[in-house]
Amino acid sequence: MQDIILKNGRIIDPTQDLDDQTDLLIRDGRIEHIGILNDGIPEGATVIDIDGKWCVPGLVDMHVHLREPGREDKETIQTGTMAAVAGGFTAVACMPNTNPVNDSAAVTRFIMEKARSAPAVVYPIAAVTRGLEGIQLTEMVELHEAGAVAFSDDGHCIMNADNLRRALDYVKIFGGLIIDHCEDPVISKGGVMREGFICTTLGFPPIPSLAEELMVARDIRIAEYTGSAIHIAHVSSRESVRLIRDAKNRGIRVSAEVTPHHLFLTDEAVKTFDTNTKMNPPLGTEEDREILEEAVISGVIDCIATDHAPHTDTEKQVEYSLAPNGIIGLETALPLVMTRLVHTRKMNPSQMIRSMSTNPSRLLGIEGGSLLKGAPAHITVIDPDRLWMVDPMRFYSKSQNTPFGGLSLRGSCNLTLVHGKIAFQSSN
Amino acid sequence: MQLQSKDLLGLEGVTKKEISLILDTAESFREVSERSIKKVPTLRGRTIINFFHEPSTRTRISFEIAAKRLSADGINFSTSGSSFSKGETLVDTVKNLEAMQADVIVMRHGIPGAPHLIARNLDAAVINAGDGAHEHPTQALLDMFTIRRHLGKLDGLTVVIVGDIAFSRVVRSNIYGLTTMGARVIVVGPPTLIPVEISRMGIEVLYNIDEAIPQADIIMILRIQLERQGKVFLPSLREYARLYSLTPERMKIAKKDVLVMHPGPINRGVEIDPRIADGDHSVILEQVSNGVAVRMALLFLLAGRKEFNKSE
Amino acid sequence: MSNVAANRIIMTARDIDRILSRFAYEILERFPDRDNLAVVGIQTGGAHLGRRLVQKLEKLEKRSFSFGILDITLYRDDLALEKDQPIVRKTDISFELNQRDIVLIDDVLYTGRTVRAALDALIDFGRPRRIALAVIVDRGLREFPIRPDFIGKEIQTIPEETVRVRLTEEGEPVDQVVLLKED
Repeated sequence: MQDIILKNGRIIDPTQDLDDQTDLLIRDGRIEHIGILNDGIPEGATVIDIDGKWCVPGLVDMHVHLREPGREDKETIQTGTMAAVAGGFTAVACMPNTNPVNDSAAVTRFIMEKARSAPAVVYPIAAVTRGLEGIQLTEMVELHEAGAVAFSDDGHCIMNADNLRRALDYVKIFGGLIIDHCEDPVISKGGVMREGFICTTLGFPPIPSLAEELMVARDIRIAEYTGSAIHIAHVSSRESVRLIRDAKNRGIRVSAEVTPHHLFLTDEAVKTFDTNTKMNPPLGTEEDREILEEAVISGVIDCIATDHAPHTDTEKQVEYSLAPNGIIGLETALPLVMTRLVHTRKMNPSQMIRSMSTNPSRLLGIEGGSLLKGAPAHITVIDPDRLWMVDPMRFYSKSQNTPFGGLSLRGSCNLTLVHGKIAFQSSN
Repeated sequence: MQLQSKDLLGLEGVTKKEISLILDTAESFREVSERSIKKVPTLRGRTIINFFHEPSTRTRISFEIAAKRLSADGINFSTSGSSFSKGETLVDTVKNLEAMQADVIVMRHGIPGAPHLIARNLDAAVINAGDGAHEHPTQALLDMFTIRRHLGKLDGLTVVIVGDIAFSRVVRSNIYGLTTMGARVIVVGPPTLIPVEISRMGIEVLYNIDEAIPQADIIMILRIQLERQGKVFLPSLREYARLYSLTPERMKIAKKDVLVMHPGPINRGVEIDPRIADGDHSVILEQVSNGVAVRMALLFLLAGRKEFNKSE
Repeated sequence: MSNVAANRIIMTARDIDRILSRFAYEILERFPDRDNLAVVGIQTGGAHLGRRLVQKLEKLEKRSFSFGILDITLYRDDLALEKDQPIVRKTDISFELNQRDIVLIDDVLYTGRTVRAALDALIDFGRPRRIALAVIVDRGLREFPIRPDFIGKEIQTIPEETVRVRLTEEGEPVDQVVLLKED
């Protein structure tokens, strides 16, 4: 395998307090050296002059839906991971709500097998309960051995508190992570958007933020009781942030993620009746948005995860309430974060890398998240100033369901290396 | 002077001038309905489709009569037993209707924004005849028309709306229209039926009807239902009636020339006492007659310039 | 407004008043059945002129006459062609039209389309015995086979010109008829 040299990059790695304009040498798919090459360029090496662009640990998205097996019309492991590397993500963790559900080692192995030739690294997240039905626990040890990095009944809150408690106890065998979608479905029943002023004016059945907050509070308490770690998926309300902050201050093992859409959109967007503003959890108020932004910058919320949820046009071109929830995010997350948080100086590059690479890697217990010597060369090169217009027709994803189409953003992925191989290179 | 949009999807954002134009035009059409030959040739050759995706008798008939009195061809299309059961999407269905040269599509739908969805996809004018609990602009216009005929103005009046505020599209359209025209709106009902932050729409909220009645120039009573969307918001209709029904006793504290309105259909003896519904203050049936005039005005204003719009 | 200089007053208040007086005599001569005589003015100029005409008739005959106003917007054949939506004005014909002699009055007769619409509208109200047409100015250029029965003044015009009857009822300082030469 040829050596690759990334020359003249601004190499940023918060795990080793690194922020230098220098070179990076990749050998045998691993990071061999950072710094000026004293011995000159090794023979036969490929040299890529990245000319001041940012060279950072490959981004990791710990919450995506790849739809395979079952809904290959929306996305496949191949197209989803292509979208990932185009968006700067070198690894994704995919949720188990496929068909069949990833609740058995066979499905986990199927995904791993399919992902072998995919451009990004895929880490399956398996179900906590069989069929996501909330009743009987899956064989989590076997799933873990097959490659599942975490467990979630994504889309369904683990409503039976006793089951959640058992799951949190059971994963102690191997120190596994449970991810919960926090929503009390009795409270949110029939709801379409976040309860609040906009919802009141539009006359939609409301989803009170209470539905999320009650379950966040419960989950934190159960995590504290069992001593296990729990991860709260896509936090959307400011009260949830307060609960998580307080829990962390008390030393409870809770972590959390937020999506780009909850960081950059509010319930105001629903006024367009664009079904690409319909998600679960629903978009919050401006007040929620500001608190979420603050929390991801300060680290109370550990990471940004896209909840990449592909749906076909046909499914989304319907009456608002009938549309499936969710939007895709892999190809827009980095440009949005760069434009709205980094260029506005709300967040520095290190904070961004923490929330989009280091923390999700740490939470899932996977390789990556740093540029330490000897680590696999999962690297994202970001062109911080490239102007980029969101054009869903040019996405690598099979689906186009995004509310961000037409936006002009600044900063996007230039080059993505997975295991030291070029997985994506921007055309200009 | 003309309406800014090709559609009437709601009263949110509709200006005072536009509302006045509609109400003034409706005055002329009211006269047409009083003639022995209640028909003018104005929209001869135009096709108006009443596309009702939710049961409705009065609104549909009102639009149908309005279309007929303007000599338009009105077609009714309800979705039970139609292509909807065959999996066709809403947009496909209305595109088919447009391909049959419909000029106006009047739509009733249970989901907020459904008329907006079709309006985006069609050249034809779309009139929202009620979308979920969102808006019902023609109802609010006929309410305002009725008030203006009786009291000569809207500006400075206090309108008290009582009942199921949360699930009422009539309320939202009336709030937009009435506040734009300078009226004061107070909504009254049990807290479980008052949606959060509704006061930010520029109105007042009261839980006690007896505090509101003496202030009212108009009392608008809404239909009440025990169950909505599979949830129960009231302990019983009996207790609701005790707390909020408009009764002769409550009318004693009202202004002596107060108007009593109801968008129908009425639950006699629940939200309103029959003696009040049929009494001197009630203009409930007049609302129904005025509905035809207001809908004629809208069809005229939206369908009248269709060809011009197309050629642009 | 370079064309202002070209505008020409073709009738004064006195001319208009004389014409209406003449109309009154001619109408009474033509329609001896006073009980069935009624005047209908076309919105908006014809309505004002009609009201004045009825006053003259009433003064001459010392009795009242039925008077109605008619808005023809809903009967126009050019609705879809208009850029600006015409305002629908009031129609008020509160008497029975059947078997009546109707004098329909308007300010200017031009293409004849307004009168065509007015005839259709009147017929929707009933079946008059006769309808006669009175106009203050006949500017020619007919597009329909319409002929007035009572004419104030005939003038030759071209389509680019506008004939405007200005009346005090509409806030004008004085009554007059002007010929505006548009560019």
